[in-house]
Parts: sequence; structure tokens; C-alpha cells
Amino acid sequence: MSIFLNKDSKIIVQGLTGSEGMKHATLLLRYGSNVVGGVNPRKAGTSVEIEGHTLPVFGTVAEAMKESGANVSLIFVPPAFAKDAAIEAIEAEIPLAIVITEGIPVHDTAQFWALAKEKGNKTRIIGPNCPGIISPEESNAGIIPGNISGKGAIGLVSKSGTLTYQMQAELADLGFSSAIGIGGDPIIGTTHIDALEAFEKDPETKAIVLIGEIGGDAEERAAAYIKDNVSKPVVAYIAGFTAPEGKTMGHAGAIVSGSSGTAQAKQEAFEAVGVKVGKTPSETAKLLREVYATL
Amino acid sequence: MADLYEYQARDLFEKYSVPVLAGIVADTPEEARAAAEKLGGVVVVKAQVKTGGRGKAGGVKVAKTPDEAYEHAKAILGLDIKGHIVKRLMIAAGARIAEEFYFSVLLDRANRSYLSLCSYEGGMEIEQLAVERPEALAKVEVNPLTGIDLAKAKEIAVAAKFPAELVDKVAEVFVKLYNVYVSEDATLVEVNPLVLTEEGDIIALDGKVSLDENAEFRHADHEAYVDKDAENPLEAKAKALGLNYVKLDGEVGIIGNGAGLVMSTLDVVAYAGEKHGGVKPANFLDIGGGASAQVMADGLSVIFSDEQVKSVFVNVFGGITSGDQVAKGIVQALEALGSSATKPIVVRVDGNNVEAARQILAEANHPLVTVAKTFDEGAAKAAELAAAAR
Repeated sequence: MSIFLNKDSKIIVQGLTGSEGMKHATLLLRYGSNVVGGVNPRKAGTSVEIEGHTLPVFGTVAEAMKESGANVSLIFVPPAFAKDAAIEAIEAEIPLAIVITEGIPVHDTAQFWALAKEKGNKTRIIGPNCPGIISPEESNAGIIPGNISGKGAIGLVSKSGTLTYQMQAELADLGFSSAIGIGGDPIIGTTHIDALEAFEKDPETKAIVLIGEIGGDAEERAAAYIKDNVSKPVVAYIAGFTAPEGKTMGHAGAIVSGSSGTAQAKQEAFEAVGVKVGKTPSETAKLLREVYATL
Repeated sequence: MADLYEYQARDLFEKYSVPVLAGIVADTPEEARAAAEKLGGVVVVKAQVKTGGRGKAGGVKVAKTPDEAYEHAKAILGLDIKGHIVKRLMIAAGARIAEEFYFSVLLDRANRSYLSLCSYEGGMEIEQLAVERPEALAKVEVNPLTGIDLAKAKEIAVAAKFPAELVDKVAEVFVKLYNVYVSEDATLVEVNPLVLTEEGDIIALDGKVSLDENAEFRHADHEAYVDKDAENPLEAKAKALGLNYVKLDGEVGIIGNGAGLVMSTLDVVAYAGEKHGGVKPANFLDIGGGASAQVMADGLSVIFSDEQVKSVFVNVFGGITSGDQVAKGIVQALEALGSSATKPIVVRVDGNNVEAARQILAEANHPLVTVAKTFDEGAAKAAELAAAAR
């Protein structure tokens, strides 16, 4: 088992014919992900050959779903077109849309999120500005390298892509049920809380690692959620303890403004609900191992 | 997010027909006098700084004559307001204020939506109002799909307890301010105070606007808002090279891929530095996903030109970024610098193509480069080297 993505997931790539789309579709096919086609209205009816796989290019997401049975869309289109791509996926009611694109204006995200909400959240959105999700040995949808870790019983949810990889590497011997990067933008579709809820329900997941960073109050809200809703052990890591106030650290959302958004406040929120917080990624991995050994 | 100065917000408001007072920018007392002459009558000399509380700090003064404007300008220019040195003033026309209100519309991260905050009681810091008189501050969610139309604007005005005779009047201004917010890709539009003059006009007297940098591709004119004076020269150099760099106050130069990993590297180096007399990271530099050897070399060149830097830690987990490209970039940068490269570099590469990366570094066998096996080991080594070079 896993969350959000499994061996039955059929993936289409919006932006397949672009360089990023092609590169990552190739990596995903090599991993064994079931990539069933792409979407590009200007190239509808054509197909793309990737290492022995023939991927049809559809004109719309709706058509791709009808023809190929796709239930996951991976969005690689450039920032200026990402809103339209996401809206198309939402209108087609595809169950999962993963927006990898970095640099989308936040109003665009706010608007497509509002549309998804208005349509009753029939489409789960992961991202934007995220590495996607991997359920080892089942499927990989995004840009997470497939060879870091195998299958296991740890669930991982992170705002950051490379910290997802780092943590997978630290705990590669234990393995993961799913590892999901939810993205570092101020507005994102799937939150820490959504992932926690899914990991709690997933019988294969035995322990959870949560990675957060400075800015906003998503971690504080996750802590409050854990207190009432999560019975499985959770350990956390927060990046940005030494970040100065008022400087955006790479992610648009990662900024300490005044007393809000500090790593210290997030750590305190987690510790108040019994979630141990590692000072570094390696210490976090050590804490997880300690918890794991007692299960 | 780029924050605008008050005069820039004023100009932007004017473009969207938000009622504002006449205002002229002045960089010297002479310009202030000329501006006051041009505006005529009573004017207000206002320090242009991106921080609150300038009134209390003596950064806003009323002048009855051009000579008085000259004197005030002389006193205000160069003033230090919470660490911001005043370099520019706005000379604004005076107004006879009857009442002060508050209005803002902003991104609501927690609810993944827009939020409008509004109060009939203005004139004080909004944080203070929220704490002392929360019932006086209306918080109204704004649906990003429908925005603030006239009906929504009236709903906000009523929620903020505006008297019936003012509702229509302020609602019209709220709609225009929302147009600024959404059309300019702002993450915050705040007016404090929004005033009613004795003549019965509604005017945005002071404005705060933050713009979304991700939206620059559709706002060519936003380039003009980049605060070149306030930019650190190293940050400016990095920006010109397309690098995501933030200058910090420390000795260990940091390069990594991915914002989260770089932030984490800053922390781990700072912790390691505690054992070495408080050595700290010198910068944030994210070379991003799929960086080429050239990007790596550009990053090193920026960090080498930071005189504070005593050692460099390159911490890369290859995902889309290929480890061998990172290694090539380091070798390439060192070759280009030749004997002018004097700072030790600790390299930790993991993930994609790590073997090729280690081989390239081993073959180059550069005396300045140390290869670390783990993140923690690399951070400790870089801190130690920086401390030794102090």
C-alpha cells in the first residue's frame, strides 16, 4: 500500500513534448511508472516514442482520460501556462494532478485552487513547485530520483524536494511506503495535514517523517492535527533555524516575518504534542530509528 | 515578494483611479522646497522607508511654507528609522482629515484564499487594533474566482461597521484597490489610513503594496521597482547571473541545490560553527534543479568575491542535478581562477552520478578541495577550515 499513488496509477504528462516533460517521462518509464500518454492541443493525434514505448499525444486531459484511462496528470508546462493546464485537469475531474512547475504566480495558484474547491475537490492537487510523489516499487510521478530508497513502512511528507531525497537516503535501509514533496509555495494543494491523514489510514505505513521549513503556519496546524488525529509515531525536521528575519530563503513561502514563521515556534508546536524534532536531517533520521525500533 | 515604497504605491493607485493626494518625490532639501512650491499650501514631508512607525521616529512632518519643507527635508534625510536610512522623501499635498479608516486585501496562506481586513477605526497600527479591539476589525474572505465586486465591497464596508451614508462611497474605492491587487499580481495592498476629508472625499493617504516576483514575466514595468540602492552588491551580481543568492553575515560560503537543503545546510553549518568560536554561514545560494557546470562556476565566483568568506561548503544531492556537472563546475571555476583561488572548498555530493563526480574531483586533485562523505562531515570540515583561516 501507499498513499495517493500506486501500481494502478495511469499517468499522463501535460507538457510531455517539452524538454522537461520528455526527460522526466523517460526517467519515469525506466522506473516502471505506467505513463500512458501526453497532452498538447497543438500536437493532438501524434505520438512520442520513448525507449520502445509509444505514447499517444491527446488534445485535452478529458480526451486522454477517456482514451487511456489515465487517473494522474503530471504538469510540466512553463509558469505562464500552468494555470490553464491545471484548470483543464480540474475541469476534467482527474483524481490527481501533480504540478511540478516552479515559479507560478501565486494568484494563478489561488485561482485554480479555488476552482478545485468549488468543484468539490474531485481533483487532488499536489504542488505547485514540488518534486511530486514516489511510492517505491509501485509508481513514481514527478522528479524524485527512483534509486534512492526502496519500499518500506515509513511515510515521508516534505515541503522541500532535496530534503525529501536527503531523508530518503538517510533511511534508505528502512524504505518508504510513499514519499511526497508538497512544495514550497505560499499556496499549495495537498498539505502536510492531508498527507498525515492518508499515512494514518495507510496500513503499510508504520511511522511518519514530516519535513517543514520557516514561513507560514502549516507546521503549527499540522502539530494541532497530529494531537487529535494521528496515532502513528511522527518525527519532524524544520529547516531554517538560523535564517534571518525578512529574507526569503529560495521558496517564495520561506520567510520569517516578525515573530511569525520561525523554526523555533514550529519546533515548540511539535514538541508540545509529543512529536520529536531533530536539529539536523541526520539527527531526525536517528530519532525515527529509535521510534521505529520500539514498534 | 517585492515591497514598494509609499510613493510607488501612490503612483500605482493613481493608475487604477484610486483617489490619492498629489505627491512629488524629493531626494534633496532643494527638491523638497521646489516640490512644496509646486504643490502650494500646506504640505507633508514624508520619509520613504520600507518600515512602519516612521511618524513616531520623526519621519513625517507638516510644512506650512516651502522654506519649512526645506528645513524638514534636511532633518529627515539621513535619519535612521529602525535601521533604514532615509534617502528619499515624498512631498505630499495636505488634506483636512475628518476621519481615518483601514483597508487591506492580501493572500491568506492558511486558507489558500484571499482575505480583506477592514476597519472603520483607523489611524493606529493594525496589529495593535487586532489585539486591543478585535471586534472593530472585519475579516472577510474573498473568493479568488469572484474577487471584490461592488456587492462584495459593500459587504466588507458593512462588516467593518461603516455608517450607511459612507458604505457606497468607500465600497467604490475598495473595488479599485482590489483591481490593483489582482491586476498587478500583488500579495498585499494595504491602505492605512484611508481617510474621509472635511470636504467629504475618500482618499488613500498611505499605501503599502507587495508584489509577487513570480509574476514578473507578465509585468515588464515591475523591473523598475527593484531597489537597486538597497541591494547588496554581491546580491546584485548573483541576480545578474540568474542565481538565487542571499548575503548573510558569516564566514562559510554555502552552495547547494534546492531551497530546503540549502536552508538546512545553513543550520547544520551554524551548529558545527558553534564548536569553532561561532563560525556562521556567509550566504544562501541555491543553484536549483538541473544546474550545469557553468551555474556551479558562477556560484563559486560570487562566493569567492565575498571578502568575509573563509571557506566554502558545496552540498548537493543530485536529483535532476547531476553530480558530475557539479564536480565539473568546481574544477572549471578553479581552473579559471588559477592562483587567485585561495579559499578551501569542502564538497559533499550525493545521489545522481555521484561516482562520476567523485572521480572527477579525485582526478583534478586540487589542493583546495576536500571531499566529504556525508552532509554532517562536510559541514564540520567547512566550519573548521573557516575558523582556522580567521
